[in-house]
Amino acid sequence: MKTILKVQNLTKKYGYLTAVKDLSFTIEKGNVYGILGPNGSGKSTTLGIVLNVVNKTSGDFSWFDGSINTHQSLKRVGAIIERPNFYPYMTAVQNLKLVCKIKEVDESKIEEKLELVGLLDRKNSKFKTYSLGMKQRLAIASALLNDPEILILDEPTNGLDPQGIHQIREIIKIIAAQGTTILLASHLLDEVEKVCSHVVILRKGEKLYSGRVDEMIVSHGFFELKAENNEALLSFLKLNPNFSNVREESGLIIADLKAEINASELNKELYNNGIILSHLVKRKESLEEQFLELTKNQSN
Amino acid sequence: MLRLLQIEFIKLWNNRASKVLILSYFILMILIAGISMIKVDFGPLKFHIADVGIFNFPYIWHFNTFMAAFLKVFLAIVIVSMIANEYSNKTIKQNLIDGLSKKELILSKFLTIGVFSLASTVFIFLISLFLGLIYSDFNEFSIIFSDLEYLAAYFIKLIGFFSFCFFVGILVKRSAFALGFLFIWFIGAEIIPYTYLASKYSKELADNVTSFFPFGSMWSTITEPFSRLNVIKSAAQQVGEDITRDYSVQPLQLVIVLCWTAIFIYLSYALLKKRDL
Repeated sequence: MKTILKVQNLTKKYGYLTAVKDLSFTIEKGNVYGILGPNGSGKSTTLGIVLNVVNKTSGDFSWFDGSINTHQSLKRVGAIIERPNFYPYMTAVQNLKLVCKIKEVDESKIEEKLELVGLLDRKNSKFKTYSLGMKQRLAIASALLNDPEILILDEPTNGLDPQGIHQIREIIKIIAAQGTTILLASHLLDEVEKVCSHVVILRKGEKLYSGRVDEMIVSHGFFELKAENNEALLSFLKLNPNFSNVREESGLIIADLKAEINASELNKELYNNGIILSHLVKRKESLEEQFLELTKNQSN
Repeated sequence: MLRLLQIEFIKLWNNRASKVLILSYFILMILIAGISMIKVDFGPLKFHIADVGIFNFPYIWHFNTFMAAFLKVFLAIVIVSMIANEYSNKTIKQNLIDGLSKKELILSKFLTIGVFSLASTVFIFLISLFLGLIYSDFNEFSIIFSDLEYLAAYFIKLIGFFSFCFFVGILVKRSAFALGFLFIWFIGAEIIPYTYLASKYSKELADNVTSFFPFGSMWSTITEPFSRLNVIKSAAQQVGEDITRDYSVQPLQLVIVLCWTAIFIYLSYALLKKRDL
C-alpha cells in the first residue's frame, strides 16, 4: 500500500512543556484515520508540524515517501486547522481563486467544490458575512480544490450547532466514499467511531494506541447477567477464574472476561449448576469506554 | 515569480483600504505637478513657482525625487498592513498549509515592494519629464537626460524604506503598533542620537554617523535640493553665507541602504522560519 505520511519519533517542546513526545505513526492511502485525544494532548501540534507551520524539536516526518519536499507535498494535501482562515474582505470565489494560485491548480474546480459543500448560492458574498458553519464548509471546499490525496481536518465540528455538525459529517462521508484518505483529529469519540477505520490515540503527547478501530480491544468484553437467584449467580461467577471484577450495577450483574467464552457455553454451564438466567448479553466496550480504559491504564 | 506577484495582487487589490491608499498615493504624486500652477501674488512679492527654476532640467530630477520621497509614508501603511493583516487574519498560517513555502511568502511580499518602488520611480520620472518639458529653460536632449542617478537613488530609498516597514510588520504583527514602532524608532533611535551628536560634537560628525542608520542612510541618499536654487543661494550670499555642497548621489550611501534592505529581508525570513504559527 502507498504511504502518504510517515512520522518518526516526532517531539515538540514548548519550553518545559512537551507537547508531542516521541510520536511515530504511518498513514496509508485509502483509509480514514482518526487522531483521538483529550484537549491539549498534542493533536493540533502534531498536525501543525507536518503542515509546516510549527517547528519540530526533534524527530522526522516525510510526505509521499520523501519523494518531494514539504511545501510541494502540501499542494497535494488539503488541510484545515482549528478555525477557517480566509481574507474577510474577499468573497468566497475570490478567496478560492487565491488558494488555486497558491496550490497551482486550475480555477475550474471552484464551482464544483462550492456546490459539494452547499455554498454555491452564496459564492459572491464576502467571507466576513458567513456564519461559522458556512466558514467551515468553505474551508472544506478550499481544502478539496486540488482533489487532494489526503484531507486533514482538525476538529472540523468544533463550535458548530447540531445542524452544522450534521452537514459537516455528511460532507466527510461523501468525501470518504470517493476514496480520499482522511485524517480527522477530534476529541469527540463518536465522531471518530462513525467515520474512521483506523485510529491513533494520544494522551499528553504520547501515543497510546495506533491501529484499526475494531482491533482496539483492551479486554475480551463483558457479560451482563440477571437471574432469579442473583446470590448464587454472584458466588458462581466470583469462584470462576475466567471472570474478574464481578459487580452489581442497577440490578444487573456485570462480569469482565479474562478469556474468550461464548454466551451459549456460559448459559449451559449455569443451567447445569441450577442457575436460570433471565437476562444474558455479551458486550464489548464502545470506543468511548475503550478510550477511557486506555487513558486510565496509562495514568496509573 | 509572476505567480507570487499575482497572489499578492489578489490580496491587495480586493482590500478596499489598500486600494484607496495606493490610489491616493499616486494621485498625490500627480498633485505635485499642481505646484507649478501656484502663482504667489502677495503685495510686492509676485512670482510664479515655475519661474523660480525648480522645473529646470536636470535640477527637476533632484527636486522632484526629493519631494516625492515624503509621500512614501502612505505606501508604508499599505506595506505594514499587508503583512500585519496576514497575522491577524491568520491567513499566513493557511497560506503555508496550502503549500506556499516560507521563502515564497517573503519573496511575494518583497517582489510587491519592488513593484511599488519601481512604479513610483517610473511615475515620478514621467511627471518630472512632463513638467520639465513644459517649464524648463533648457530642452537639449543631453541636459534632459543628465543627472538621472537621482531616480536610481529614489528607487533604492523606497526599497530600503519599505523593507524596513515590512520587517517591523513581521516583527510586531499588528499594523498600528508597527507604525508606532517605526515612529518611535525614527525619533528615539535616529533623531535623538543625531541631535545629541550634533550638539555635543559637530554637525559633520552627526551627519557621518547617522548616515549609517536605517532612516539616516535613506535620508542621505538624496541631499536637500533647496540650497541649490539660485534664489536661495543669492539670498544666502546676501546674509554672508556661502553654501557649497556636494549635491550628487553618493554610491556608498546607496550601498548602505541596500545592505539594510538585505538585512531586513533576511531577518524577516529568519523570524518567520523560527516562529511557530
